[in-house]
Amino acid sequence: MIRSLLLITVVVLASGCSPWVKPYERENLADEIMDFNRDPIASNYLHHVYEAREGARGADGASGGGCGCN
Amino acid sequence: MAPAEAVVGVTDLVRSTLNAKRRTPIAQVAALGVLLLLASMSLQAEVLDPDRVDVMYHSYDGGGATIDGPSVLVRKNIGSNVAVSANYYVDMVSSASIDVLATASEYSEKRTEYSLGTEYLHDRTIISAGYTSSEENDYSAETGSLGISQSFFGDLTTLSFGFSFGKDVVGKNGRPNFEHDVERRRYQLNLTQVITKSFIAAASVEAAVDEGYLNNPYRQVRYLDPNAAQGYSYQAEVYPHTRNSDAVGLRGIYYLPYRASIRADARYYDDSWGITAKNWALRYTQPWGERWLFEVKYRAYQQTNADFYSDLFPFRDAQNFLARDKELSEYQSDNFGLGVTYDIPERWLWSFEKSTINLYWDYFDFNYDNFRNVLDTEASPGEEPLYSFDANVIRFYWSLWY
Repeated sequence: MIRSLLLITVVVLASGCSPWVKPYERENLADEIMDFNRDPIASNYLHHVYEAREGARGADGASGGGCGCN
Repeated sequence: MAPAEAVVGVTDLVRSTLNAKRRTPIAQVAALGVLLLLASMSLQAEVLDPDRVDVMYHSYDGGGATIDGPSVLVRKNIGSNVAVSANYYVDMVSSASIDVLATASEYSEKRTEYSLGTEYLHDRTIISAGYTSSEENDYSAETGSLGISQSFFGDLTTLSFGFSFGKDVVGKNGRPNFEHDVERRRYQLNLTQVITKSFIAAASVEAAVDEGYLNNPYRQVRYLDPNAAQGYSYQAEVYPHTRNSDAVGLRGIYYLPYRASIRADARYYDDSWGITAKNWALRYTQPWGERWLFEVKYRAYQQTNADFYSDLFPFRDAQNFLARDKELSEYQSDNFGLGVTYDIPERWLWSFEKSTINLYWDYFDFNYDNFRNVLDTEASPGEEPLYSFDANVIRFYWSLWY
């Protein structure tokens, strides 16, 4: 019995059948105001400004590898 | 396979596996493995971002430098599994910054950048590749990137890994034989996690390795020189040929009890040149009616100086490595931003699905702790006032979804 419950738990977790936030509970998450990168053209440009004016780089959610244009 | 069919299929498999009481342990483990593989492949596949075009005018104005130009980004899906994107970007630079005024004269130049990208979606996996080329009269750079992203646990968790390799060629105006190479590598690991139905968090780790000619060939350091009329002279910068850095970032967005969100960012950075940097930011986004979106933001940044940085060296060739780049000094900056987005009504969209007009303004205030304003010629060397400047950044863009 315990082994069966364990099996069900593992399968359910791995398959995503029952995530703790259900698909029908994701209305807020799907809202555009919850997007980390709503407009890539605008966020890429601001990351470029930061990298050109600051000594630090990376781990700020931007993709790519910089332009080597400091 | 539709999600409902997939759920039925997985349920049947679970039942048949549980009923197999007389199977050997090896057979049960094998059955479980097949079950997990099928389950992970079958449900709630990801989708690619929609087709869109963005046309932007960008402008940076501060510290004697004006940089502006256009940027156009086009994204198109081919079928449901492949997306391609292209970006054309221009910087028109007119610079009379303090570095330029101290040792040279005002200049203008143009930098043009082209980027191409592609994404391939397979179930919950997105594989991406990109190429960027940047050209200006004394600097060229090419960067290639690869990435893979995988979502797990009902799409509540997304893990992604990225790698980029860049090769730059550094030139110098008036010196046709001056040509040095730089190689840049970056490794990124990101984890995005849905915490609750109103909260998403993300963590990033990024390592960067630069090798080659990392100086700016025009920038100079100053040193005390009793024979010079102003008390100091200039010599060329000398940088190490390698730079390794590590950065860790955390981000979160929370959906407030009414329709608005608050975002927080924090990052810690450390590199082999001795620079340690920290920054944090807060952003509040508030929709207004059906068509408007307002945003307000504050970001604070601070860093320590590089080990080989000095505003004024005691004598010529005072040490192996010499730098007087204000971006390698100790300083803080404050960034305040405002933004507004207007969602254009459907009757003006022709055949487009959605369109927005966006205007974002960012104000920066930079205050340096050990970089002095040498344009103040009244003060003794090393006694000049500390340098500071402010900058205004504008992003004005039109987005179209089709």
